Amino acid sequence: MSMPAIKAEATAVAIPTASSTSPSTAAPVVTMTPKQAPRAEKYVKMARETAVRVVPPLVVLALLMLFWELVCRRTGSTLPPPSRVFKETKELIFDPFFDRGGIDKGLFWHLSASLQRVAFGYSIAAIVGIGLGTLVGQSVWAMRGLDPLFQVLRTIPPLAWLPLSLAAFRDGQPSAIFVIFITSVWPIIINTAVGIRNIPQDYRNVAAVVQLNPLEFFSKIMIPAAAPYIFTGLRIGIGLSWLAIVAAEMLIGGVGIGFFIWDAWNSSHISEIILALFYVGIIGFVLDRLIAGLAKIVTRGTALN
Amino acid sequence: MQAYLKLDHIDKTFTRGNATTEVLKDINLTIEKGEYVSIIGHSGCGKSTLLNIVAGLTDTTQGCVLLENREVNSPGPDRAVVFQNHSLLPWLTVYENVRLGVDKVFASTKTRAERDAWVMHNLNLVQMAHAKDKRPSEISGGMKQRVGIARALAMEPKVLLLDEPFGALDALTRAHLQDSVMALHQKLGNTILMITHDVDEAVLLSDRIVMMTNGPSARIGEVLEVPLARPRKRLELATNPGYLKCRQRVLEFLYERHRFVEAA
Repeated sequence: MSMPAIKAEATAVAIPTASSTSPSTAAPVVTMTPKQAPRAEKYVKMARETAVRVVPPLVVLALLMLFWELVCRRTGSTLPPPSRVFKETKELIFDPFFDRGGIDKGLFWHLSASLQRVAFGYSIAAIVGIGLGTLVGQSVWAMRGLDPLFQVLRTIPPLAWLPLSLAAFRDGQPSAIFVIFITSVWPIIINTAVGIRNIPQDYRNVAAVVQLNPLEFFSKIMIPAAAPYIFTGLRIGIGLSWLAIVAAEMLIGGVGIGFFIWDAWNSSHISEIILALFYVGIIGFVLDRLIAGLAKIVTRGTALN
Repeated sequence: MQAYLKLDHIDKTFTRGNATTEVLKDINLTIEKGEYVSIIGHSGCGKSTLLNIVAGLTDTTQGCVLLENREVNSPGPDRAVVFQNHSLLPWLTVYENVRLGVDKVFASTKTRAERDAWVMHNLNLVQMAHAKDKRPSEISGGMKQRVGIARALAMEPKVLLLDEPFGALDALTRAHLQDSVMALHQKLGNTILMITHDVDEAVLLSDRIVMMTNGPSARIGEVLEVPLARPRKRLELATNPGYLKCRQRVLEFLYERHRFVEAA
């Protein structure tokens, strides 16, 4: 039962390779019929480019899985091999939407609860971070006053804030959101401040000649000019907040991927932990790509020229 | 002579820590309406500082700038600047770059449609209407500077300040843009103050050339009238005795009497 599962994955890996190589070998034939040539060539090119990017990581993944399977299949190994992980978590994988009340819910609900907390905390951090970063970047006195404070506070590990926030809010939900906020706000502040400080004097001169008022200067010059820096901060911030949420949720309990992992550990469901880690990784990756994509759209014009 | 723009006993001293440097010393200059005046001097003589003072981007230490007998000491669209490195905002299109200033200057005096038409009119003046939806990174250096000129012109400045506007361009593009600026000056009758370090450019374009001595404590060394009839043609001037004489005078000033001694 366990081996076929792996085999299925291995063939799934092989399929894109085969489909991408066969049109590429067919390419010379295609060029002989000039009418269809451009379109067909385009597809062949696209398929080849995709294959070049997709195949190597898939090969590595397959090899890693094989290695893991071989290492963990021995009797007495402490961790389950991938085949057993799959077997034991099939229900969780194929039915992420069940809800039996309490914390006995599908993974979708756990992940969405975690994502909501991150969305809240991160949004507040983005607004506050860009605001404070602008202040510190623009005003020498604000920098002198606030920067040392930031440099000290930002080194405090996220979880160290949790007891304090629990004491202040007396509830898990706002405490988790606060921890997300306090974790992700520092890189946003610092990068925004650097971005604002690096706005070329030329742009400031233009704004002065045109006589933009402070609000217009903020929205029309500062934010677009500092956007590449701001988005660097936002990207680091989203990564950190996703790191912090899992740890925070382990401690506050309730619905959420962090507590799901802790709960699985307490009931010795090691396979479920591995599945959860897989999801945490994928979602962290997607969040990062999301901000990177947003940055690309927003900052399309700000490349130096 | 009716003074339109007047620089009145301007001194400028920069202070950093204990070190003070006197950059400009007792600069007096009056410019008439519609006049084209160039300021020429070796690099480091403070000519850009002088332009920044007129633009209001730098404060004077002593003295003041009078425009139509009113003191001006902060930047404003009545003294629009064409910056040396164009300074277009890279996240805005060509049209939006010009529109930014137009929207501020004519906020209450022109309707939206009029402002749009005014932006296009000014882009047409510099022959850049075709590129209105391009971003600065997508057009050439000469084109960027044209847009920079359009942006300044669109603010309807009383004085147009050009800060080495063609310095970063290749010789052919520069000649082309000089002709354009000359045509615009002819057509619109702007008052123009230009910083340059190019002798030919100064003689070709200017009514008067202000020659600065070397810094520190740079002064106005000499003011030369250029008595050449307009419109001027680049090719015809090349052999014009009046042109050659003016050119000679400026060269003598720069290379004999105030030779640039490099700090070694």
